[in-house]
Amino acid sequence: MVLLWGSNARAAHPIFFHHLLKGLRNGARLYAIDPRRTESAQWADIWLGLDVGSDIALANAMGKVVIDEGLADRRFIEHATTGFEDYAAVVADYTLERAEALTGIPGDVIRETAIAYASAPRAQICWTLGITEHHNATDNVLALINLALLTGHVGRYGSGLVPLRGQNNVQGGGDMGALPNKLPGFQDVEDDELRGKFEAVWGRTIPATNGWHLSEMFEAMDAGTLRGLHVIGENPADSEADVEHARALLRGLDTLVVQDLFLTRTAELADVVLPAAADWAEAEGTMTNSERRVQRVRRAVSPPGQARPDLDILVALAGRFGHDWGGLTAQIAWDELRTLSPMHAGMSYERLERLGGIQWPCWDEEHPGERFLHGRLWQEPLGGRPAPFLPTEWVPPVDRLDDEHPYRLTTGRHLDGYNTGVQSGGFSSPNRSWGTLDLSREDAAKLDLISGDLVRVRSRRGTVELPARVSDALRPGLTFMAVHYPEEADVNVLTIDTWDPKSGTAEFKATAVSLEKVDSAATATVGT
Amino acid sequence: MTIQHPPVDREPPTSSDEHAATVTVEVDGRSVSVARGATLLDACRAIEQPQPTLCFLETLTPVNACRVCVVEVEGSRPLVPSCSRRAEEGMVVATDSPRVRHSRRMVLEFLGSSVDLSLADDVAGWMEDYGADPSRFGPPTPPADERDGRHAGHHASPGPEAGAETVEQPVKIDNDLYVRDYSRCILCYRCVEACGEDAQNTFAIAVAGRGFDARISTEFDLPLTDSACVYCGNCIEVCPTDALMFRSEHELRRAEVWDEDEQQVTRTVCSFCGVGCNLELHTQDDRIVKVTSPKDHSITHGNLCVKGRFGYDHVQELGDDLATTPIDEVLRSARDGSDAGG
Repeated sequence: MVLLWGSNARAAHPIFFHHLLKGLRNGARLYAIDPRRTESAQWADIWLGLDVGSDIALANAMGKVVIDEGLADRRFIEHATTGFEDYAAVVADYTLERAEALTGIPGDVIRETAIAYASAPRAQICWTLGITEHHNATDNVLALINLALLTGHVGRYGSGLVPLRGQNNVQGGGDMGALPNKLPGFQDVEDDELRGKFEAVWGRTIPATNGWHLSEMFEAMDAGTLRGLHVIGENPADSEADVEHARALLRGLDTLVVQDLFLTRTAELADVVLPAAADWAEAEGTMTNSERRVQRVRRAVSPPGQARPDLDILVALAGRFGHDWGGLTAQIAWDELRTLSPMHAGMSYERLERLGGIQWPCWDEEHPGERFLHGRLWQEPLGGRPAPFLPTEWVPPVDRLDDEHPYRLTTGRHLDGYNTGVQSGGFSSPNRSWGTLDLSREDAAKLDLISGDLVRVRSRRGTVELPARVSDALRPGLTFMAVHYPEEADVNVLTIDTWDPKSGTAEFKATAVSLEKVDSAATATVGT
Repeated sequence: MTIQHPPVDREPPTSSDEHAATVTVEVDGRSVSVARGATLLDACRAIEQPQPTLCFLETLTPVNACRVCVVEVEGSRPLVPSCSRRAEEGMVVATDSPRVRHSRRMVLEFLGSSVDLSLADDVAGWMEDYGADPSRFGPPTPPADERDGRHAGHHASPGPEAGAETVEQPVKIDNDLYVRDYSRCILCYRCVEACGEDAQNTFAIAVAGRGFDARISTEFDLPLTDSACVYCGNCIEVCPTDALMFRSEHELRRAEVWDEDEQQVTRTVCSFCGVGCNLELHTQDDRIVKVTSPKDHSITHGNLCVKGRFGYDHVQELGDDLATTPIDEVLRSARDGSDAGG
């Protein structure tokens, strides 16, 4: 059984969805939890079309059903977890009646889903940005983890918690320490011993305190304490929530250096642009996918003009700063990493190539890598610390619906698009639908709109005008925009930059908007 | 009700009797043991006796359409397709008997007389091996009418001069990503399987018509752009005769720029999403000319989505004037042409 929660994998992770479909053909059941009846949800046995931002209410109500029905895995809870009593006390308030009111899902469907999940011999919860692009993103994830701990659906083959990574190397970025609080291999910056290990090899002192994540950096820009920025392969001038504010902050910097494949909207604001090669086809190295599998990427074509691989640019920059890193190659850097990050120690280039990638942790050159994590929770005696239940309470989205902003706008991806469209905009896709405001048949009728009509979308931060598209995936009150077309559909002018204090992720998924048909007489002048 | 979970499972569940046992068969007088559930083709391959196959592919469910892999099994009245027939204990198999050779020769002659097999790997060699002579049915006679418009039983009877009727028809070009040249189609069903339950589950194409009128078609023969197609290209990946071809390859072949001897294949990882699909970038003259996917990789099994298969233009934008190669010129003018055509 699979709970696909806040994920439109059919469009966003198509080859993962092939594997899922294989499971469905073999008899697995799919429960899709998503405000939209997406092309993924259309494959589900049951679609739970919850209201945006009510995930915790649903998860907690499911937890209460599992406990009340005696389906909690008591043996696992006693063996491998702490905090069950606190969790049970919190979810006790989430009756089916209350959950139905908060989520919009009929109580008996919630009950059926909970029982099916708890009773399944194997069950996975797979999620993506529908869970994490909220002001309480971390709490949303914790609510799902609690369900897995409650039912023992973790640390076993076929059971687990699966955050589907949205970008080809976002996992690898974290693995390599591109996080404000971690060194490579998820080793804490603030741990003197671990930091000392890196300092000894690098011959330099590393700042002993955690850095800032992206949202904190923008706050520091706002406060004037961050005055210079080196942006590598990111397009915040299109991708940040409340993007007009972000653009103003980027424009106000003393120095902005942008290293990118393209002259993105961010690069247009830069003092210096460093043209970079496309690392997946124009450079050597490794990437880590969603299942922690490290794989080799290789150079197939030359970078255009003066563009250089990111590593070459960094080595040249270090040279200008007075540090000679010699002929540092991706493989030399990788082999150094293997001496510093125990979970990567066994991953030689030769093994990565021979085995078609290896999933971390891989402790030594005899180790095959691990198919899944947290098997230690089933060891007798327990391997390591028990896993804590961390109960969470439902909180509504920050951008409230009211009479002035009665529609909920949520965001997502199209099959043939990717993020701000920098990479995916170039190829000729026959199915590309460009930017539209998708809305339900009922709302379209109410607003006298048909597909193609121009609609004015107004949030508390900004206004965008774009064509409407009627979609049967949406229920009344819910609207949708894809994120790939900032030129035509600048969705982040509308979104709110309230962010989750633990993860730093903004609430892209829940914006309150008003909709208004643009007078057709005025249409001719719009969009120029 | 209490839930009794199995102890920690480290591996996928297996049914032990299915994997423990082997069966032994005799192939052309040689004894060979294979795992229970293996096919006769597996048994042949185990002793390095590869059989010709057209519709069979490891990643797809066998459909037994082409009949070119048939073998003779003692006690069986008809010849059996080795790609799908499971090996059973004690089977005696002949892969090169007169009946087998005769049958394979006929299959190759029928196909060769009606379909353009010039781009199908290995077929020319099999024709020679089996002494197939497709020309014995007379000169190729292209259909006078539009095959796609035919209704059951309504086609004209061949005239007195008629030679071997063919499936020739114009190449279908209705988008920038891939073309369909059904003059090369042997109806092996691989594309239908890849578009359907075996991989993509989109069901944009199926077989329409009966008998010699049968052909691969979208619903109501709509252009791809009006069909359910999502342009994953998994049908192109599995096509054994190049009836389905990347638009880039089609244009470069037409301009006589395509040169496989000058091409390299580099394996890398797709730059979109987090699944980590492996790509094989086929490059010529420092340009990506097509993208395939390894069939033996556990992530993709040869499949990709539209982004992985076609989303590489950002590393070689065809409007780029930094350095223009003959390949750029061909692809750019093809695209400009189709833009102009609407």
